[in-house]
Formats: sequence, C-alpha cells, structure tokens
Amino acid sequence: MDFSFSRDQLLFQDNVRSFLINEVTPERIRELWLSDSGRSDQLWAQLVELGLTALTVPEAHDGMGMNELDFILLAQECGYAGLPEPLVETMLIGVPLLAALDESHAVLKQHWLTRVAEGHARLAIAEPGNPLVSDAHVADLLLLAHGDEVHAVEPGAVRLTRNVSVDPSRQLFQVDWTPTSATCVATGEQGRRLWAAAFNRGALGCAAQMLGLAKRMVDLAVDYTFERKQFGKPVGSFQAVKHLMANVAVQIEFAKGPLYRAAYALAEQQPGQEVLVSHAKLATSEAAMLAAKNTIQAHGAMGYTWEVDLHLFMKRAWALDKVWGDRGHHKGRIRAALFDGNPALGAGKTF
Amino acid sequence: MDLTYTPAQQAFRAEARTWLTANVPREPLQSFDTEQGFAEHRAWENRLNDGRWGMVTWPIDLGGRGCDLIEWLIFEEEYYRSGAPARVNQNGIFLLGPTLMEYGSEEQKARFLPRMATGEDIWAQAWSEPGAGSDMAAIRSKAERVGDHYVINGQKTWSTRAVWADWVFGIFRTDPHSQRHQGLTFILLPLDSPGITVRPIPQLNGLPGFAEIFFDDVKVPVENALGGEGMGWHVAMSTAGFERGLLLRSPARFQETARRLVQLYQSNREQADRDPAIGESVMRAWLDAEAYTLSTYMTASKLVQGGKIGPESSTNKIFWSELDQSMHDTAMSILGLRGELLPEAPAAGDVGHWLEGFLFAQAGPIYAGTNEIQRNIIAERMLGMPRA
Repeated sequence: MDFSFSRDQLLFQDNVRSFLINEVTPERIRELWLSDSGRSDQLWAQLVELGLTALTVPEAHDGMGMNELDFILLAQECGYAGLPEPLVETMLIGVPLLAALDESHAVLKQHWLTRVAEGHARLAIAEPGNPLVSDAHVADLLLLAHGDEVHAVEPGAVRLTRNVSVDPSRQLFQVDWTPTSATCVATGEQGRRLWAAAFNRGALGCAAQMLGLAKRMVDLAVDYTFERKQFGKPVGSFQAVKHLMANVAVQIEFAKGPLYRAAYALAEQQPGQEVLVSHAKLATSEAAMLAAKNTIQAHGAMGYTWEVDLHLFMKRAWALDKVWGDRGHHKGRIRAALFDGNPALGAGKTF
Repeated sequence: MDLTYTPAQQAFRAEARTWLTANVPREPLQSFDTEQGFAEHRAWENRLNDGRWGMVTWPIDLGGRGCDLIEWLIFEEEYYRSGAPARVNQNGIFLLGPTLMEYGSEEQKARFLPRMATGEDIWAQAWSEPGAGSDMAAIRSKAERVGDHYVINGQKTWSTRAVWADWVFGIFRTDPHSQRHQGLTFILLPLDSPGITVRPIPQLNGLPGFAEIFFDDVKVPVENALGGEGMGWHVAMSTAGFERGLLLRSPARFQETARRLVQLYQSNREQADRDPAIGESVMRAWLDAEAYTLSTYMTASKLVQGGKIGPESSTNKIFWSELDQSMHDTAMSILGLRGELLPEAPAAGDVGHWLEGFLFAQAGPIYAGTNEIQRNIIAERMLGMPRA
C-alpha cells in the first residue's frame, strides 16, 4: 500500500509546471484570444519538444506508453496554467481511444498515433451527448459518434460552425458531417465500450484541470489580498477574507484523494471506475466552483473586470464544470451505485 | 503508487480481526463518562494491552507492535468494524504518548508509558483556562519554582476525562514575568495531589465528560516537566498537532458512521425521501468519508517515506468535524419524530445512539482548536496570507 506518486512522476510534474508558468503566461493567453484560431502552432511545437505529445502513445507507435496515472499531474498543471491547446483532450481521451481500436484498423492506428507522437497531429473528440466539439478547427483527425459507432473523420469531410464560449480560450464548434462505412472504426458493443471509457477519461482529465484551476484562482486571490489595502492593512489580513480562502483550501485538499484514486483505477483497469471518476469530477468541480465564487469576492470589483487575470481561470472552471458530465450526471451515477447497487461500505472497504 | 495491501498487511488485518472478534465485549459498555463505565473502559484498555493491541504504533519494548502508519490504519479499520469500545485513555495514548516519545527523557518514558499502556494511569488534559480558550497563549495558571518542586496555583477548564482520570498534563506559566508563548512549561501531575479540586461539568448529554480543575499550592517535583522549562508552548503545539492530525480521528470511525447512515436511509426511505435533500446528504456523507480516508492514506504514505506533516493538516480537523456534524444532522432528519428521544425512551427503539452521536458531533468544530482558528492557520501558514 503506497498512495504516493513516484519521484519521477513528481519531477516530471515540476518540469511541466515550470515550462507552463514561463511559457503560457496570462499575456500569451490574451494574445491568443486575438488570433483567428485562438491556437498556436508554435506553442504546440514547444509541447512536442517537451515530449508531451508522445506520453500516452503506445511504445509500438513510437510513444512512451504512459497511462492515466502518469498523466494526471500533468493534466492538473495544464489546468493551473489555463493552457488553451487541446493537450489533455488529445493525449488522455483521443490517443487511448485510437489505441483501443481493433487490429483491422492497424494502418489507421499506426498512421495517426505516430503522427500525434511526432507532434504532427492534434485530435478532437466528441463528448457523448454534447452537440459541440472543442478544438475541431485545429484537429487533424476528429473522433465522432454516430449512435454507438466511433468514426474517425478528417477535416476535409466536416463543416464547422463556431459557437462562442464565455471563456475566450475555448473554441467550440458544431460539426456537420456524414457518417460513412469508410469513416466508421467501431460499432455496436465495442463502440459503446470505447465511448464509455473515453467518457471516463474525459471526466478524469477535466477533474485534474479543475483541481489545477482551483489552486490557481486561490494563488491569484492570495497575491491580490496582499497588494490591496483598506483600513490601512492588506485586505488578506481580515479574517472574513482569510476564511473565504481557507474554505477553498479544504475542498482542494480533499479533492486530491478522489482524483488520484480514480486515475489509479483507470490506469490499473480496476472495477468500479465509474463511481471513482464521478467522485473525482464532483469533488474537483465543487472545489473549483467554490474557488471561483470566493476568489472573485476576494478581488472585489477588480475581480469583475476583464483586465484582472482571474477570469482566465474562473471562466474555464465554469465551462469545464458542465462538460464530460455535469454534476447532476455524476451524482446520478454515484447515487445509482450507492443506493441501488448494494456496494461494500464501511471501514476497510476503500481499496 | 500501489493501492493494494501486501500479504504481510493482509495477514496483519486478519490477525487483528481474529483477536477483536474473540475479545470485543458482546454488549456495549456504559459511557466512560460514568463511574462504572469508566472502570469498564479501563478494564478494556488492560485487555487490549494484554493482546498487544493497545498501542500498535508504539515500539515493541513498550508493549506495542512497532507498526507503521499504514498498519495503524488497517488496525483502526478493524477496530471500528468490530464495534469495539471507545478509547478512554485517548488523551494519554494518542496525545501524551507520542509527545513523551518525542520529548521525554528515558526515565520519563519508562515511568509513564507502560502504566499508560495498561490503563493503570488514565490521563486528562489541562489546556484551557477561563481566560484562555482559542487564545491559549493567554494562560495564567502559575507553576512557581521552589527548590526541586513547582508550586502550582490557578484554574484549568474543559479538562476532558478529569473527573475519574488518574493523571493530568497541561501547560503552566513557570516564568512569572513572561508573556504569551514564552515562559510556559509542560507539566505532568497526579490528579490526587493535595491542593487539587476537580469540579465536574455536565456536558450536553448530562454526563460529566469534562471538569474544572482548581490548583491551590499544588507541589509537583521538577522532574515532572516535559521537554524542558520554558518550552511548554513548543511541546504543547506538537501534542495539539497529533490531536488535529491523524491519530485522534482515524477515518474508519467516519466510514462506519457513513455505512450506518446509508443503512438508516435505506430502511427509512419513504420517510426520508419526502425531502430530496436527504438522499443527497447521505450520498455526500459516504463520499466525504471516502475522501477523508483517501487523504489519510496519502498522508500516511508520505510519512512512512520520511515526509513531514505540514500546515495542510489543519484542513483535516475542519473536514472530519464538519463531516461528523453533517452526518448526524442527516440522521436526525431521517429519524424525524424519533430523533429527539434518548436511548432509554421506550419509543426510541434501537436508534437512540444517533442522538448521542449528534450531541457529541456538536463539540467537534469547537475542541482541539475551533474551526475558526483552524481556518486562520490554513490561511496564514498554508496559503501564506498576511497576519492580522
């Protein structure tokens, strides 16, 4: 029994964090808002150079063969930085979906997985039940659902209609396309299984980013409450403001366990993944939503402005709370398992 | 990361389960805040110690098993699963014990720890004073050095277990000219010392779970000071850390409450579901008890590898105390009209224990440093916000 990350995993997290803090600054994010695509080939190339696009690609396809647990701390850092590029979607949702296709699609797998690993392809993945697909405009391959079927569709075969999000970093598109037997890569029971697994990885990736976003919002607010003085003191010295932040810190602390437990369950292909992932998404979403509410309050009127950086992260949290299963969806899965499923409860039943 | 138990850990669990199954009293003991219940619980501590299950984390030569924190968690899981009695000597074994191991001389360890382990000495604590609650550094009770003795005068209050306990530990002002955190000394003394008067204070359940202690020229040998004269605040903070942190509130306790709450909900579903919020609260109780468990395993794993507990441990106390309160609020809502009934009321049936738990849960956010103080600590020491 050892519920801790390895030295290598923590070191990698440190490296990625340093890179993202230095390179994906709020200024750079704001610059990207002004560009047509909102995305940067140069930034993607930097992620490639760090080896990030090879991480979850199987070794057979020139990748590093890492799993959900190896990736979870990096996804958390992507949230902390507010990274706009679809790294988490590509590496945590899309790549494993492609890798799980059966061998009749060996050529397609080899082609696209190698291209992702080498940094030549981003993936966009349709969240089951969500009519909009994020980053469809920069994707080199789109993984789309038609009923239970999985379709791998190239950009030339889709028509995109942009839908503007509250978060200027999010790029959402309605995708019009025609399913054909040539694009279909999985059907029936296999398709259902692949989408269910993709959904859990999507929710897990969101959860990790939510934890990072919550920490970032608290860090910004703590800095601000040092700078801002009223009644001759930093506003952060007032207990009312301290307790706003402490309440978020408690939620963040106790969301970590469910997040890492869920990542482990996916990496080890353990049973009960659905409830563990739902717990992770619920706990991290609640931490991030409370962080948004309490940190805008700690910023006062400044928090309500476009100029202050808080909204870069607050708006991402508002959006990610609703995708890959909103709280109602995840609570429903937990309730069903708890009240209708007769699970083993009590002390000694956690692992 | 490896979230499976080793064969040795599984064998340890099986051994604990076997012993507890054979030895846990069939009928629940009386409350340890009654004279008879106190004696029953003292006898239970002795029996636990005979089986070497009293203090599993203590070194083998002190009657323990030298367990690491993961094994301790496993033991606690089995302990709470078995329905074993509450630990009447928790002030001693979970708070003073670790403090003695860290700060005590060899002579002090040999003198106090074995008798603590057998339950021969049950310990009370003496921190708070009428004018020093959350502001503990305002302590005024004096211990004046006279030759090889201290002479103690003053008053302590909210002294848990002091009514029937044998010994008490606390901090006293040994430097009369000192202020605040300076000049305090951590002192151990027998509660039957001449000059001590204990006045029981009934708690919400009517039982004297704590007391006031009046000190009137009480003589204590200087060798009863722990961790050096003037070092009392420092030593006390480490004890308080144990209280807030891992040892006093193992997650197993809350997991078992959550399990019983799910059962209570399932068997009263029609009544409960008239308010849809109740099902949600029950679900949340289970999730939060799991989250607390996961967090504790993470902390234990870190400590086993030589890491240290940081200021984030202040989040623990807030989380478990508010979870305990919320679980019992929910149980009261499910019980409806039966909620107010004491266990002995004929109409209470077998649910009266929820009221006991509900009353006790009200104390959680107050003792061991109020949750407001914990939030200040989190803000200042964990997040680095400016001091007031």
